[in-house]
Amino acid sequence: MKYRSQAVARPYFIAAIGLFLAQIVFGVILGIQYVVGDFLFPEIPFNVARMVHTNTLIVWILMGFMGAAYYLIPEETERELYSPLLAHVMFWVFLAAAALTVAGYLIVPYARLAELTGNDILPTMGREFLEQPTITKVGIVIVALAFLFNIGMTVLKGRKTAVSLVMLIGLLGLALLFLFSFYNPTNLVLDKYYWWWVVHLWVEGVWELILGSMLAFVLIKTTGVDREVVEKWLYVIIAMALITGLVGTGHHYFWIGAPEYWQWWGSIFSALEPLPFFMMTVFAFNMVNQRRRNHPNRAAVLWALGTSVLAFIGAGVWGFLHTLAPVNFYTHGSQITAAHGHMAFFGAYVLINITMISYAMPLLNGREANSMRSQVLEMWSFWLMSVSMVFITLFLTGAGILQVFLQRFTDTPLPFMVVQEKIALFYWLRLISGLVFLGGLVVYITSFFVAARDARQGIAPVAKDAELAPVNP
Amino acid sequence: MTATIATHQDRYPPGDLAIWIFILAELAVFAIFFAAYAFARMGDVALFDHYQATLDKDAALLNSLALITGSYCVVRALAAMREDHRAASVRWLIAALGMGTLFLVVKSLEYAHHLAAGVRLSTNTFYMFYLSLTFFHFMHVIMGMVILAAVAWKAHRGGYSAREHTGMETGGVYWHMVDLVWLILFPLVYVMR
Repeated sequence: MKYRSQAVARPYFIAAIGLFLAQIVFGVILGIQYVVGDFLFPEIPFNVARMVHTNTLIVWILMGFMGAAYYLIPEETERELYSPLLAHVMFWVFLAAAALTVAGYLIVPYARLAELTGNDILPTMGREFLEQPTITKVGIVIVALAFLFNIGMTVLKGRKTAVSLVMLIGLLGLALLFLFSFYNPTNLVLDKYYWWWVVHLWVEGVWELILGSMLAFVLIKTTGVDREVVEKWLYVIIAMALITGLVGTGHHYFWIGAPEYWQWWGSIFSALEPLPFFMMTVFAFNMVNQRRRNHPNRAAVLWALGTSVLAFIGAGVWGFLHTLAPVNFYTHGSQITAAHGHMAFFGAYVLINITMISYAMPLLNGREANSMRSQVLEMWSFWLMSVSMVFITLFLTGAGILQVFLQRFTDTPLPFMVVQEKIALFYWLRLISGLVFLGGLVVYITSFFVAARDARQGIAPVAKDAELAPVNP
Repeated sequence: MTATIATHQDRYPPGDLAIWIFILAELAVFAIFFAAYAFARMGDVALFDHYQATLDKDAALLNSLALITGSYCVVRALAAMREDHRAASVRWLIAALGMGTLFLVVKSLEYAHHLAAGVRLSTNTFYMFYLSLTFFHFMHVIMGMVILAAVAWKAHRGGYSAREHTGMETGGVYWHMVDLVWLILFPLVYVMR
């Protein structure tokens, strides 16, 4: 850690991992409910568990992004954060808002929560992923504004690098696009149309800028490759991500009542969305191959490479699988979508956050890298989570293909629930994979405690002079 | 010294490697767009032929000449810079920008004509492709002009020399791509039946 104010990232990272655990626990509950319908009913109905699963995911990823920004921006701008105090205060505001919201979901029925929080004054609730009470949304906007002010002031006063500018643009877009969550037209087509401006333009637009800048930062730090080279890659990748991602929004407009030309636009542009992700893979592996040093934090490099590969497979390949309008005509809203959603979120946004946390946490704790034992645990957790996620994706894809065939493609289509019964085997297998994933996460969390204990016992991190010698001078 | 210049000029591909990766990606987008056009046309040849006849081929030909001339200007600008004739180089770049402007004006007049005639994206599949493809290219012309303007400005301030002008090559290469795409788009959408 080069700047004292970078320390504000620490609580954000810890809270992110805490919420990640909550997300996965609810994921497992959902996995059980898929096959044992009344599991935990009436305490936690499926729709509530799903809401908690998706909302905690979004919140912890945002927490991770904020932590990453607070860590990365001072180092890039070469100055202390504009206001560490503001960052601390906003952390607690954000965490409290998230905790109260989740408690609200779990304690009272959703309709009652809407009443209690005055949803009738400015109705914004009831839409997938944007279920948060209006006051929570207002809270998110306040936190985002304070955060952007803090980061923006730091960037304005400090050194301007491509990494920090791309991240700032991404975060700015994130905040601006969230404002569409307050626009809730009664016309269902319009509602869906703008709903995607938050949902799609986040994950397939501005978040990719944040992802790109975080990956670039970690690669610059761990490989010692010239910043100039990394920045060029970053520019090309984000330009492609924006060209394909912005118009690619059209792949959500196929069947909602938007004009027909979206079927062409959506298909053509989103067919190319894998491109920037593929470039990211080539970029990451190139940088690591051209490395000028062997960074002692090998786990962080593994997470970074894993991000680039699994983001390409999850977001790129599995996205392409069902993005063409004639294909999507059959697969829309099936388990194929769920398969893509899981792998894409994990590969791109979960892994980039863990990459950042894995790189920054040891430094925030005053050491360049954790002990080898702790890193080995981290690597185990990487493989456990990644492989189990690959299986979750494959089982859901299997379920999805069968579902699409039995329910929509065949000449004698079966009703939804009949089909669900028939594909239950895949759901059981997915549940087992989910439990392995939870195990991987527990191993990941354990690695932090092992690292702390090893540090107390003075087991030196692997940073030896020999390790730091240039490998490709 | 001479050897250094020779190596620089012989370097292949010219310009920054990153722009070539970007160009490949851009060409991939256009290629898929063109393929989609061909695919859609196959489904309704009569409709495509009928509405293709409403397009102004003369304007498009004029635009083709504008872009080719623009590319020629960029080539001359680069040649001038390689001889260290900075002022001449800037003048050629301004001429290229003029050609780009001519293209934008002619294309805008075409759009105005069609829009006044009530043509919209939803009118029919042919017009959808005509408007989308040409507008996507239109945006690229603007992008190319922004790049050329930045290059001209840097050249004007003495940012390039006979020894080092990678940035100008990079900008030039992008402009040639914009030109190349039009040379496929023009026959495909306006002429081929």
